[in-house]
Amino acid sequence: MDFLERLFGRRKPTSKIIAKERLRLVLVHDRASISPQVLDSLKEDMLDVISNYMEIDRRGTEVTLNSDKESVALIANIPVIGVVGRNKRGVRI
Amino acid sequence: MGEVIVVTSGKGGVGKTTTTANISTGLASMGKKVVMIDTDIGLRNLDVVMGLENRIVYDLVDVTRGDCRLRQALIKDKRFENLCLLPAAQTKDKTAVQPEQMRELCEKLKKEFEYVIIDCPAGIEMGFKNATAGAERALVVTTPEISAVRDADRIIGLLEAAELPNPLLIVNRIRPTMVKKGDMMDIDDMIDILAIDLLGVVPEDESIVVSTNKGEPAVLDMKSMAGQAYRNISRRITGEDVPLISMESEDGFLSKIKKFFGIQR
Ligand SMILES: Nc1ncnc2c1ncn2[C@@H]1O[C@H](COP(=O)(O)OP(=O)(O)O)[C@@H](O)[C@H]1O
Ligand SMILES: [Mg+2]
Repeated sequence: MDFLERLFGRRKPTSKIIAKERLRLVLVHDRASISPQVLDSLKEDMLDVISNYMEIDRRGTEVTLNSDKESVALIANIPVIGVVGRNKRGVRI
Repeated sequence: MGEVIVVTSGKGGVGKTTTTANISTGLASMGKKVVMIDTDIGLRNLDVVMGLENRIVYDLVDVTRGDCRLRQALIKDKRFENLCLLPAAQTKDKTAVQPEQMRELCEKLKKEFEYVIIDCPAGIEMGFKNATAGAERALVVTTPEISAVRDADRIIGLLEAAELPNPLLIVNRIRPTMVKKGDMMDIDDMIDILAIDLLGVVPEDESIVVSTNKGEPAVLDMKSMAGQAYRNISRRITGEDVPLISMESEDGFLSKIKKFFGIQR
């Protein structure tokens, strides 16, 4: 069988395998779905933590949930103005 | 004190009502005191599956409204006197029942019955909230189809949020020949994806249609494959350790059946 499969190229996947894969992907998305309110409070909490280390532009910050076919990622774009405890030239003060 | 078990699924038509009727009758045939509650208001069905449709006088809404006493609304089964049905209202307003009332009702019934089995409507709205409000354990019924398993996943999440953790899975309408051909998801696939323990597997079986036609649950038909599956599930609910029968495991199924509901009373 293995030999024949190699000879004639890969066998077509069974409908069960197709179903499983589609189900897996649809659940990745279902399970990662998050309400805008929750995303917003996540963003605020994250910015509070980062502010302990860096001076950031809170208004210019964007936090989104990005999903492509295979996976879901949390993307945060946070403009950094400076580092807390250093001057403009990066010298510790 | 009895145990309150809700039969859920998310998607409609996957076998909640069939499962409720069969496990309740199965438990009753083992001598347990059982009451079924049909919470599918407006789409009453458990009565016809049980063959009790001609005996209904009062319903769930009459009870929660206080228009009759609980005892008056409980319909005795034809076959087992230790089995009762509290039917759903057919024509009344869906919002007539509140979760708090269901909780009180279940508390009352628990004192008198060993098992309170609740047939949940499809969906995730009010009907689901009512059906789960007084429950202590949940069963999730699915079929081996993407849409049913997807909805089951959502329901499992909602059950966890409603503090009904560790629901157990019943896979219904499995067709071993299709599984073998690779044209149907097998049990392991579904357990893998849903990450919950299995309570049992029920095959696609014409005897379910025949028994529903007659109003006699298949669990009482000793020749029915689905009936055998429901007998095994009923025994597992009482805490018995019943291995999967070959029909259930034909597709190379290896996962362990959860030793059920450990707490024996
Ligand atoms: N294992 C089975 N084999 C064959 N038919 C089944 C099986 N389980 C359920 N059915 C049929 O599927 C239909 C839907 O079942 P039902 O229990 O009413 O689902 P639900 O309560 O989830 O909407 C019914 O007509 C029932 O007879
Ligand atoms: Mg139903």
